[in-house]
Amino acid sequence: MANQDYETHEHDVLVIGAGGAGLRAAIEAAAQGVSVGLVCKSLLGKAHTVMAEGGIAAALGNVWPEDNWQVHFRDTMRGGKMLNNWRMAQLHAQEAPDRVLELERWGALFDRTKDGRILQRDFGGHRYARLAHVGDRTGLEMIRTLQYHGIHQGIDVYMECKVERLLKDGDHVCGAFGYWRNTGKFVLFKAKAVVLATGGVGKAWKVTSNSWEYTGDGQSLALWAGADLIDMEFVQFHPTGMVWPPSVRGILVTEGVRGDGGTLKNTKGERFMFNYIPEFFKGETADNEAEADRWYADKKNNRRTPDLLPRDEVARAINAEIKGGRGTPHGGVFLDICTRRPADYIRKRLPSMYHQFKELAGVDITKEPMEVGPTCHYIMGGVRVDADTTAATVKGLFAAGEVAGGMHGSNRLGGNSLSDLLVFGRRAGLYAALYAKDFGGPLTVESSHVESLAREMLEPFTRTGGENPYAIQADLQETMQNLVGLIRTEHELREAMKRIESFRHRAARTHVDGGRTYNPGWHMALDLASLLTVAECCTLAALERRESRGGHTRDDHPYTDDSWGKINVVIRQRQGALALSREPLPEMPAELKALFQERK
Amino acid sequence: MAQFTMRVFRGDASGGGFKDYRVEPEEGMVVLDVIHRIQATQANDLACRWNCKAGKCGSCSAEVNGKPRLMCMTRMDLFQPGDTITVAPIRTFPLIRDLVTDVSYNYEKAKQVPPLRLKPPEPDGTYRMMQEDIDRIQEFHKCIECFLCQDVCHVIRDHEDKKRVFSGPRFFIKIASLDMHPLDTRDRSSFIQQDAGVGLCNITKCCTEVCPENIHITDNGIIPLKERMADSLDPIVWLLRKFRGPKSSQA
Ligand SMILES: Cc1cc2nc3c(=O)[nH]c(=O)nc-3n(C[C@H](O)[C@H](O)[C@H](O)COP(=O)(O)OP(=O)(O)OC[C@H]3O[C@@H](n4cnc5c(N)ncnc54)[C@H](O)[C@@H]3O)c2cc1C
Ligand code: SF4
Ligand code: SF4
Ligand code: FES
Repeated sequence: MANQDYETHEHDVLVIGAGGAGLRAAIEAAAQGVSVGLVCKSLLGKAHTVMAEGGIAAALGNVWPEDNWQVHFRDTMRGGKMLNNWRMAQLHAQEAPDRVLELERWGALFDRTKDGRILQRDFGGHRYARLAHVGDRTGLEMIRTLQYHGIHQGIDVYMECKVERLLKDGDHVCGAFGYWRNTGKFVLFKAKAVVLATGGVGKAWKVTSNSWEYTGDGQSLALWAGADLIDMEFVQFHPTGMVWPPSVRGILVTEGVRGDGGTLKNTKGERFMFNYIPEFFKGETADNEAEADRWYADKKNNRRTPDLLPRDEVARAINAEIKGGRGTPHGGVFLDICTRRPADYIRKRLPSMYHQFKELAGVDITKEPMEVGPTCHYIMGGVRVDADTTAATVKGLFAAGEVAGGMHGSNRLGGNSLSDLLVFGRRAGLYAALYAKDFGGPLTVESSHVESLAREMLEPFTRTGGENPYAIQADLQETMQNLVGLIRTEHELREAMKRIESFRHRAARTHVDGGRTYNPGWHMALDLASLLTVAECCTLAALERRESRGGHTRDDHPYTDDSWGKINVVIRQRQGALALSREPLPEMPAELKALFQERK
Repeated sequence: MAQFTMRVFRGDASGGGFKDYRVEPEEGMVVLDVIHRIQATQANDLACRWNCKAGKCGSCSAEVNGKPRLMCMTRMDLFQPGDTITVAPIRTFPLIRDLVTDVSYNYEKAKQVPPLRLKPPEPDGTYRMMQEDIDRIQEFHKCIECFLCQDVCHVIRDHEDKKRVFSGPRFFIKIASLDMHPLDTRDRSSFIQQDAGVGLCNITKCCTEVCPENIHITDNGIIPLKERMADSLDPIVWLLRKFRGPKSSQA
């Protein structure tokens, strides 16, 4: 029995995840005067948010006074191919500027305009230069600011601690159970409200910009607790990841390179994006190089360069160039900024890209083009939430940041994640705290349930002759990469389902060596449960949606279908099995609809 | 190609030693890739920290052939095929297991730093800051908290008794960044002297040498702090510096 011992902590609000969304939620909940616990798998300040490069989208109007929340809202909805939850997109566009200014009051130092205000840069799909940024290390500035503000707010931080399951009492969430990575000891959190802010799922793919943390834990925790997931078919493949050398394949090359003047070229030296302008964006996209180049300085009289089409469009175009035999020998295309901007400018605007290519690829980006190709980057789908309160469909559970679905529809615009984290992180913290204050009953956790969970978690140590968990992860990544990638088709998706099923059987028989102290083999064995769950959800939803839209492209259903444009694919777990349903998208009110009629 | 021998520290607080692993080299590999390869194929339980694999998160600090470095930014082609490469945990902090150490000292020190206290906003409710007034602080904000500078600082490494009253180079630049912040109005002088212990630093510059972000920790951070401390004995000079902003204090 001693092995299953656990320590217990109690909080009004437990926030799981300490990236931008989790930190902002914890700060807000603490400001409401409730007791807050904040749990994260890595050390504080190392969450994915730290890696974000390009910037935070907010219609501050500092560079282009014409910008405002309506334009940002419209760009976001169009980028998401109108599948976004309109209310989330509206709140996001309205509140992002205040959230950015608040970061500044907490010590963030964004790059400045000449008159001392926050400078904004161009990014794909944004009509105006809109991204507040610090060179190409915006996420670092954001997470440090939140982290250092947060440590003075009386929040209890549990670092290197992984939540394995949410606990429920009847119909509501009452806490979470997990383990300390350092010691392998178990820990029980009792909480009136739980905020999920656990990020994404990218580690299910082989070529990804995502870290080991992205095993879909939050999506799985929610699903297992009975909550709905939506839009899981929409996975963003960022058009520009590194492709060479092999060991860095997938590492992100910020869209800021194109925002600051870089352009994509094939091996014939053609700026091929001009050949891939979809009907939907024709009106606002330049169709010749001269106009595209003028656009950077004069947005009034010129249309946007097709290099900055939304990511789904650019990723598909690159894929087509490579398939068409116009890719580089390493399987990418060229991204050229060296012939277009002076070396000083490149080093000043993109210092970490300069460093990254120099150190990891031996390429000087002020002298040579980069080689880039699509990389799995972000999941638009996730936990279904109420737009205003971020409440999931299970009582006491809230979700914000990448783990939540709806905000970005079928495709996210660059820069809209960091702003999403701030806007909905704050709302999650606020509404979770209010819920906790209203919560009447006692917090009851059934100890036999917890003990059986603990026993299950220790099984990989006691099995004999089981499998290496790393091998299962590698096989899953290979499968998702090849069969549930950028371009999908029914028979491949069905094949993926079969393989995922077989990985499940293998995952139930893993064996790990060593003890419980900081044992990554054991951690991986446990992570497989959520990794397989989200892989299955993505594949199932991709099978269901028989059209192409945003981050979901079906070779066998290559067109966008208006009837699918009114539907979310919803996944929930009932009696241990996944159930799928098509549910209507919330309808946008007339005054917002009008915004889409005004312009071409 | 000849194989590399990776001599990796394996063990925990109760003891341990180096163990050799043979690894096939591959173009462009960094030390962290090799550690991951070993983890996936030869020693599933080999403990290390990492997140970004691109020098952005500061998780993967270790001592490679005795030098404190980020494993993800240390390319294997630094070494000759056939070489033996040792990988050990950073030394200054208590060992948890293999390449993972207990860096909680740093999180304790972080909490002690008195935060920003803002001056009132402009009449329109916003703040203005000029780029040239924040260039220096933005340099400090590049810190990825890898704690390599903390690892090599002899005050932390060799003087257990001084740790209580010494924040270390990472936090000296944190303090400097707050102190030079154009909107800050807080007087941290007693904290800097008594709690952060900037006086214990004797400017060996070891911290600056290992910083993977190339932050000029000593020249731009610690030395100006020490100068300010000398000035802060005179409150008028302190106030003048504070309100003229960072430019005036660089001279
Ligand atoms: C290289 C890169 C560059 C990017 N650049 C930009 C950009 O310029 N602009 C932009 O808007 N977006 C960008 N993005 C996307 C954006 O950074 C992420 O979507 C965002 O940071 C996610 O934040 P989050 O708070 O939701 O989660 P994260 O920051 O990933 O934090 C998740 C947290 O949850 C914790 N966690 C997860 N599972 C568990 C568990 N089971 N138990 C306990 N804790 C758990 C983790 O430890 C972590 O603390 C970029 C992404 C990448 C990878
Ligand atoms: S210069 Fe000072 S802070 Fe830096 S390592 Fe030397 S003693 Fe430590
Ligand atoms: S100052 Fe440099 S060496 Fe020190 S923690 Fe920061 S990045 Fe690392
Ligand atoms: S893994 Fe992030 S710095 Fe090395």
